Amino acid sequence: MSATDLIRFSAADMAAKLAAGEITSVQLVQAHLDRIAAVDGGDRGVNAFLHVNAEEALAVAADVDARRAAGEELHELAGVPIAVKDLIVTKGQPTTAGSKILEGWMSPYDATVVKKLRAARMPILGKTNLDEFAMGSSTEHSAYGPTRNPWDLDRIPGGSGGGSAAAVAAFEAPLALGTDTGGSIRQPGAVTGTVGVKPTYGAVSRYGAIAMASSLDQIGPVSRTVLDSALLQEVIGGHDPFDSTSLTDPSTGLADAARLGNVAGMKIGIIKELHGEGYQAGVENRFNESLELLRGAGAEIIEVSCPNFGYALGAYYLIMPSEASSNLAKFDGVRFGLRTLPTEGPLTIERVMGATRAAGFGDEVKRRIILGTYALSAGYYDAYYGSAQKVRTLIQRDFAAAFAQVDVLISPTAPTTAFKLGEKLNDPLAMYLNDVATIPANMAGVPGLTLPGGLADEDGLPVGIQLLAPAREDARLYRVGAVLESLLEAQWGGPILDQAPPLAESVVEPVETAAKEAK
Amino acid sequence: MAAINREDVAHLAQLAHIEMSDDELDRMANELAVIVDSVKSVSEAAGDDIPATSHPIPLTNVMREDVVGHVLTAEEALSGAPDAQDGRFKVPAILEES
Repeated sequence: MSATDLIRFSAADMAAKLAAGEITSVQLVQAHLDRIAAVDGGDRGVNAFLHVNAEEALAVAADVDARRAAGEELHELAGVPIAVKDLIVTKGQPTTAGSKILEGWMSPYDATVVKKLRAARMPILGKTNLDEFAMGSSTEHSAYGPTRNPWDLDRIPGGSGGGSAAAVAAFEAPLALGTDTGGSIRQPGAVTGTVGVKPTYGAVSRYGAIAMASSLDQIGPVSRTVLDSALLQEVIGGHDPFDSTSLTDPSTGLADAARLGNVAGMKIGIIKELHGEGYQAGVENRFNESLELLRGAGAEIIEVSCPNFGYALGAYYLIMPSEASSNLAKFDGVRFGLRTLPTEGPLTIERVMGATRAAGFGDEVKRRIILGTYALSAGYYDAYYGSAQKVRTLIQRDFAAAFAQVDVLISPTAPTTAFKLGEKLNDPLAMYLNDVATIPANMAGVPGLTLPGGLADEDGLPVGIQLLAPAREDARLYRVGAVLESLLEAQWGGPILDQAPPLAESVVEPVETAAKEAK
Repeated sequence: MAAINREDVAHLAQLAHIEMSDDELDRMANELAVIVDSVKSVSEAAGDDIPATSHPIPLTNVMREDVVGHVLTAEEALSGAPDAQDGRFKVPAILEES
C-alpha cells in the first residue's frame, strides 16, 4: 500500500487497518509527516502547521505498534495521528495562539483534551495555524502568515480554525482539534469541504484552551467524515473537574448514532432566517438538494422561524469582545510571553504593559479588546453588554420553540464559498458576516455540525451544510449528518475531496531532517 | 447610543493598556464607529421583561473538595516568565520615581 493511499483513508478505516495488522502506526505517522513536508511549506504551501511534532509522534506510534504486537488491548483510535489547533496548550510543543505575544511559549501543562488524546495513544502531528487568539474568519489574522485553502491556494481556508480544516482537507492529518466561539470549526469546515462539530457547550472540557469568550468557546472535532468526528468527540468529551462549566453527561453513543443509517420519520426544520437573501446562489442550490435527499430518505422537512436570529450577530459582537477584553488582560508582559520595553521615558510596569501589548497583539485583537472595553464601560454596560445578554435569552427561546416542532435544524453553514485572500481583510464588518449562520448555536450553547454539501455552480468551491440539535442531543447531528453524507457521496461517486485539485508536492527530503525542521 | 470617536478610543486604549500611535487611533476610531453602528439594534431588541443570559447552560454550585489539587510548581509557573528572580515574577517599577 503506497503512502498516498494511506493518507486518504478515513480515521475509522485507518483504525481498522491498524487493528487488523495491515499497517503500522509508524507507517501511518510517517506518511503524514511526508505529506506535511511535501505540501505545507514554501511560498505556495498550505501553511496549516505552525509546529511539526515529528519525533514525539513517531515515538508514540512505535509504542502503539509494540503494544499492539504484544497483544495489549488499545483504544479504537490508538495509533491514528491527529493535529491540534494552536490555541490548545500542549506540553513539549510551543503554543502560540497565532500571536506574537506568545511566540515560542511552552505551556507547563496539557489541556484536558490533549491528555485524553495521549491516554488514547493518538500521535500528535503538530499544532495548526489560526487567526490570532481565534479572532477571525479567514486565518489571515495569524501572526505567522495565512493558511491557504487546499481547493484554491489563493483563497482563505476559513477561520479561525483554517489550519485544522486545511490540514484535514489536504490529507496532512486525518483528524484535528478545533475550537468554535462563533463558527471557528464549522465555517472552515464549510469552505474546505470537510466535517467539523461544535459540541454542546460543556460537553468537551475547555481546560487548556486559551480563552477568547468563555461563555461561547467550545473545543470540537475536525475530520473528513461524520463518523470520524463522532469517534473523536467520544475521545475528548465527558466531565472534567478542571472546567467548572463541564457537563457530567457521558460522551458515548455518538459513533453508534453515526452508524445508525436512517432518518425516516425525523422532523428537520429549515430556519427561514438562515437562507435566501445574502446567500450565494450556488450555496442555496446545494442546500436545496440536501433537503430533497433527506426528504427522499423519509425525513419530514418543515420551515420554522427564529425571528431573533437577526440580532444574533450584533449581540455576539458585544458579548464576545467583552469577554475577550477581560480574558486577554492576562497578557501583561509579566507572567508569560513577550515583554517589550518602551523606547523612551521611565520603565514603569504600566508603560511596559502598554508597549508589550502594542507590539504583541495584531490589529483584530486590538480592535476587539477596545470594543469590549467600550461595551463594558460605565454608562454603556446596560445598553450594550446587558442588552446583548437579553438577546441571548431571545435566541434561546427561538431555539426552544423551533425544537418543540422539529428534531434537528438545517441551514447553509456559511453564506458564501471561500473568498480570495485579502478580499475582506480591510473590512471587519464584511468579515464578521461570514459567521451569521453559525453564531446562534454558540449564543444558545446548542451543538452544530457542518458537512460538505457539494460544490457551488459558479466557482466549483465547497459548500457547507449545517445541522443544529438541542443542547445535549449531539447524537442527532451525527445520525442525520452520516445519512446525508452517504446520500451525497452516492451521487458524487465518492468523497467530495476526490474532486479537489491535486496539490503540487515539493521534493520530499528524508523526513528525519525535513519534518523536524519544518517550521 | 453615542457614537465612538477618536478621543474615546484613546481613553479605551489607555484603560486596556495598549499603546497606540496617532495613525492607529484614527484608523481604529473609524472602524469601530462602523462596528458600533452595526450593533446598535441590539439595545432595542429586548424589552425590560426579558432576563439576561450570561451562560448558555446554567449550572449552580459547582464545587470541588477543599483539598490541595492540581497546582503548578513554582518552577513551572515561572518557566514562561520574561523575567524572574528568587522564585518570583520580576516586574518593572510599579511607581514612577519623581
